[in-house]
Amino acid sequence: MAELRFTKDHEWVRLEGDTATVGITDHAQNALGDVVFVDLPEAGRDVTEGEACAVVESVKAASDVYAPLAGRIAESNAALGENPALINSDPTGEGWFFKLTAVDAAAVAALMDEAAYAAFVDGLA
Amino acid sequence: MAESELLETPLASLHRELGGRMVPFAGYAMPVQYPAGILTEHLHVRASAGLFDVSHMGQAELLGEGAAAALEKLTPADVQGLKPGRQRYGVLMTETGGILDDFMVANRGDRLFLVLNASRKHLDIPAIEAVLPSGVTLRPLPDRALIALQGPQAVAALATLAPGIATMKFMDFAEHSIAGVNCLVSRSGYTGEDGVEISVPAEQADMLAKALLALPGVQPAGLGARDSLRLEAGLCLYGNDLDETTSPVEANLVWTMGKRRRMAWDFQGAERCRAELDNGPSRLRIGIQPEGRQPARGHTPVQAGGQVVGEITSGGFGPSANAPVAMGYVARGAAADGTALELMVRGKALPGRVAALPFIPHRYAR
Repeated sequence: MAELRFTKDHEWVRLEGDTATVGITDHAQNALGDVVFVDLPEAGRDVTEGEACAVVESVKAASDVYAPLAGRIAESNAALGENPALINSDPTGEGWFFKLTAVDAAAVAALMDEAAYAAFVDGLA
Repeated sequence: MAESELLETPLASLHRELGGRMVPFAGYAMPVQYPAGILTEHLHVRASAGLFDVSHMGQAELLGEGAAAALEKLTPADVQGLKPGRQRYGVLMTETGGILDDFMVANRGDRLFLVLNASRKHLDIPAIEAVLPSGVTLRPLPDRALIALQGPQAVAALATLAPGIATMKFMDFAEHSIAGVNCLVSRSGYTGEDGVEISVPAEQADMLAKALLALPGVQPAGLGARDSLRLEAGLCLYGNDLDETTSPVEANLVWTMGKRRRMAWDFQGAERCRAELDNGPSRLRIGIQPEGRQPARGHTPVQAGGQVVGEITSGGFGPSANAPVAMGYVARGAAADGTALELMVRGKALPGRVAALPFIPHRYAR
C-alpha cells in the first residue's frame, strides 16, 4: 500500500494511480473525540486545494475538512453515514472520507511524510 | 486568555493524574473529558455514576436577620418560604427584567447558602451586596470546592460512606461527614439523574474526590459530558440559553417564580415579567429535535415556513437520545410542540420539530 502523506490541517492522503484517498489523521480524530456525524462531498464535484469540502461532527463540535489537493471527488465513503465511529476506530483505513481523481502527483509528493507530520504534531503540544 | 492566567480548582492535580484534557472555561482550566471520552462518560453517568469537579462555580453564604427578604429583591424565587434543609433553583434579575444569572439557594437554618455560575459570580456578588440592608452580609466562600456525583448508582455508592444521604430527597440540603470530611450535601445536580452536589473545604477536596472515585461504579466525567447530559435533561446553560436579554418568562422558567412573588411583583425587573405573563412573551425557549443524525449547534438560525423565527442556543448530539438534540428560542407562534422548523445549518435547511423538554426523563429522588 502506498505511503501516507499529511497536511497541516491533519488530513492524510494515499495516492494509488491517479486517485488519492483522503481522511483525517489519528491525531485529528483523537482531538475531536467521538465522531457522531459526517457531511461528505458529492461525487463529481471539483475542489481546489484548501477548499472546505467535508464536515466532521463530534459530540463536542463541528470541524471542517479541507481538500488537501485540487481534484475531482470520485467517491465518498458511504459507510461513514451508518457508522461515523469508523473515523475514531480506524482513521487511516475504513474511516477514509473521500477519493479524489485527476490529482497532481507532484502536489502529493510535496505534502509532509510521516516523520515530518509527527514532528509537526509534536511542535503543536 | 493565556493558559498561564487560568485559575485552577483544588482538584487540578487529580485531573492531570486521571489524564483529563484541560480546556479554558470561565477563566479556569477545567477537564473537558478524560481518556474514556465524552460519549462513554455521558453514558456511564446515565447507567452508573460520574464524578464532576464543579469547583469553578461560586459558593457564598448570606448571613443575618432578613437575608431571605433581601435576596428576594433580586430574585422572583420564594426564598422566605424555603424551609431549613431545603434548596431551590432560581434566577437573579437585572433591573430591566433580564436574567443576571441562574443559581441555587439553600436554607441552612442560620444562613442561606448560594451556588452561582463561574462566569457570572463576579457580577452576582456586587449585585447582591447592593441590595443588602445593614446587618445582612454576603460572604463568598472561595476556599471551598464543589464536587458533583451523578447517576442512578451515585447515592447507593455514597451511602456506603455516609448512610444518612440515602434518606435525603431531591433538593434536600444537609451536613454530612463523608470519609471523615465535613461536607455540605444537596441532593441535586445538572444531569437529570439522581445524585448529589458536595461542598467541601478546598484542602480536603482531593482526598474526598479520591474516596468517591474508589467507590464501585464511579468514574470521572468532564465538562463535555456535563454539557450533553444537561442538554438532554432540558436544563439551561447561562451564556447559551439564558442571558441579560432573556426574561424568566421567555426562558420558560416561570415555575421558579414563587406564587406570592407573582402576586406582589416586588423584585427587580418584575414589570417586564408581569407584562409578558399578561400579554404573552414575544419568544419562548423550546426543545428542538433535528431530523436525522446531523447536529444543529448554538447560533443556528431557525426558520418556520421560510421565515426566520429564532435561533438555537444549545445544540449537539445526545448520546442517550442517540440523536441530535437542541434547544433555542422561537417566536411564540412557532413554539407549539410538533411545529415544523427549518434549521439553517451551513446554509442548508435541516428539518426539525419543536420537541417537549426534557429529551431524557428526569430521574430525581422525589
